[in-house]
Amino acid sequence: MADLTADIATGSAPGRLTTADGKPLKAALAAAESHARRRAFFLVLPLLLFVLITFIFPIVQMLHQSIYNPGFTLHRDVGTGVKTPIMINVRNWFDENERGSDPDESAYAALHKDFLLLDELRAAGSVGTRINYDMSGTRSLFTKTARRADKLTPPFQEGFLAIDKDWSDPEVWAVMRGASSAYTANFYLAAVDLTRDVKGDVVSVDDNRALYVKLFGRTLFLSLLITFLTFILAFPVAHLLATLPLRYSNLLMIFVLLPFWTSLLVRTTSWMVLLQSQGVINDALVAGSLIEDESRIQMMYNQTGTVIAMTHILLPFMILPLYSVMRTIKPVYVRAARSLGATSWTAFRRIYFPQTVPGIGAGALLVFILAVGYYITPALVGGADGQLISNLIAFHMTNSLNWSLAAALASLLLVGILILYWLYDRLIGIDNLKLG
Amino acid sequence: MKTRSILLATVFGTAATMAFADAHTAKEITVMSWGGAYSKSQLEAYEKPFAEKTGIKVNSVVADNPATPIKAQVEAGNVTIDVVDVEYADALRLCDDGLLEILDPAILADGADGSAAMDDFLPGAVTDCFVATIVFSTMYAFDETKFPENPPSKIEDFFDVAGFPGKRGMRKTAKVNLEMALMADGVAPDEVYDILETDEGVDRAFAKLETIKNDVVWWEAGAQPPQLLADGEVAMTTAYNGRIFGATVSEGKPFKSIFDGQVYEYDGYAIPKGAPNLEAALEFVTFSTQTQQLADQAKYISYGPARKSSGPLVGLFEDGKTEMGPFMPTAEANLVKALPSNTEFWADRNTDLNERFNAWLAQ
Repeated sequence: MADLTADIATGSAPGRLTTADGKPLKAALAAAESHARRRAFFLVLPLLLFVLITFIFPIVQMLHQSIYNPGFTLHRDVGTGVKTPIMINVRNWFDENERGSDPDESAYAALHKDFLLLDELRAAGSVGTRINYDMSGTRSLFTKTARRADKLTPPFQEGFLAIDKDWSDPEVWAVMRGASSAYTANFYLAAVDLTRDVKGDVVSVDDNRALYVKLFGRTLFLSLLITFLTFILAFPVAHLLATLPLRYSNLLMIFVLLPFWTSLLVRTTSWMVLLQSQGVINDALVAGSLIEDESRIQMMYNQTGTVIAMTHILLPFMILPLYSVMRTIKPVYVRAARSLGATSWTAFRRIYFPQTVPGIGAGALLVFILAVGYYITPALVGGADGQLISNLIAFHMTNSLNWSLAAALASLLLVGILILYWLYDRLIGIDNLKLG
Repeated sequence: MKTRSILLATVFGTAATMAFADAHTAKEITVMSWGGAYSKSQLEAYEKPFAEKTGIKVNSVVADNPATPIKAQVEAGNVTIDVVDVEYADALRLCDDGLLEILDPAILADGADGSAAMDDFLPGAVTDCFVATIVFSTMYAFDETKFPENPPSKIEDFFDVAGFPGKRGMRKTAKVNLEMALMADGVAPDEVYDILETDEGVDRAFAKLETIKNDVVWWEAGAQPPQLLADGEVAMTTAYNGRIFGATVSEGKPFKSIFDGQVYEYDGYAIPKGAPNLEAALEFVTFSTQTQQLADQAKYISYGPARKSSGPLVGLFEDGKTEMGPFMPTAEANLVKALPSNTEFWADRNTDLNERFNAWLAQ
């Protein structure tokens, strides 16, 4: 900097400013700034890497998994990690023959060759599992056939049909053709209760297997209900917190925060103790002769349990933003309205309430987004009809191990939330959000 | 310079400690099982004596159904379990998928009575990847105080909510529930799987389950059913027979087990592919499946040993006065209407029927 001023003072280069060593000032400044920018970048680099590795990368991987499943094309040995292409012959046959052509002897011969390899690699189970995702009840077809493949002799068509007549089912062949490309949209179809028929057209699944659309609907409905309930309960509490004298409001604040600091599992299990049919609430009602011993109320292992427990657990997320907004509302506005002749209801409705909207928006958004992805509480108190979509995602992650379907469901959930977020931004405006 | 040397010393120190710790942890295996009274029986009969004899420490880990975390671990290439206790059907399925180590039957000890190992085990109890330790049964039990007169006695009574009012507990899975539903619907045990092979049969089983659906509390871990009964949450529940036995005999609960319509199958040990301590794991399997160990386990829980030679050695419960015989699923009186689980059926159809089960559950 000192050089610079000296340079200007001497006026050695009229019309074009340069530094002492003759560089144009503009370039020198840009260099200095880019240096500062680089330093700033290195400062945020750890955070950037953290976000990339723990957030962006898994999401991209999940999106990829939801359209990519190599179960029918590649076998990875879990012991050695060696990857072997499988089902090559039958995939070639699919390439040579167009969709809808009946499998001939050459198709069965190709299948036989592939099955010999499957038997050797012990891969029939995983191939069968892949086909089973698109057509229920076919896993056994593959394991059974692989066990007997080495005993088959030409003509293979008869041999395969002797093992199981399902091998002549055009749907099996259509599904195999579909699975012969590792990239597929079928998991998204499955996630909205659709499937492909023999011709490759999209149709809905049988009624007794339809599940996910209903669950998405239920998740949306319950989340909205819980958001509404937390709002109803939180509004008066937050108002009290904001208006009571400090010594009372501090005590009240502790009552709000204590459960918030308690482990989620502890809170959920305490609700189980309270709600079960031999639990505290039912016992008290029976003891007070309000209900008969035989007609104890079922408040757990159903939607009621999920709604009660989740409303309580998510309550602080509504109270805290509301409180922080209400504290900043000056009481003089309401007093002014009253002195101008407004009834207390009008003053509340026209003056006080509109000022709390940023808090309501923030609280509702927080509660809703948390509720949509809730998992532990519904799993513990939800029973059969209180399960949310996250429980099914967890089921496919840990039990059925259909990770592609889990990824598709999770992606749909993510997209759904983004759409709601966008709607919220259009209707209320994200700038109006006040989190505290 | 000084900071640097301190830093170096710390690094080397830590590395040395870790290496030291490593040398120690090599003498350790991790066994995954089902928890509760069952894990306790394994601790007493297998794990403690094994640790005493070999000096290898056994860590016990618990899961609702060990087959599912094992599958996830092996597929993700991150195996932490050395030996796993799984149901027969799950063992077959995992073995088909190449997720289990192949076991050489030669590692199994001969029977205490001198019979060759393969003759000594019950038929089918040893497969490529699996050695059975017990025969267990899923049956139902009820709280005697809830039915003072006219207590339930048949599988039909479990599905008869009008005649025997009260909530029911059932395992949250298709397996066993479908078989019991068909038996309660009047199907003879030896026809159950023929009917269940057909779509109409599956529909029929679900239709029967539908009749009690609104009264069912679903359980997942084996320790839950006795708890549900004790809490009065359910009037009767399906359960693993050993769990109910434990609650009745050692805790004095007024539960009664009904073996009519029971479904029994093998359960035993397998080794996940890529187990970190394969040799010690094999040693553990060999040790635990000896005649004496299997007989000892029956001292703590009422599951039948999978070796013939263990039968005569089974005596009294750990309290020293209860005869175990009548509580075994394989006791003659309990086998009048009983169904051996068709493991091949479930190895093949488990995924598919559970999908249907989940959809049904959410309706």
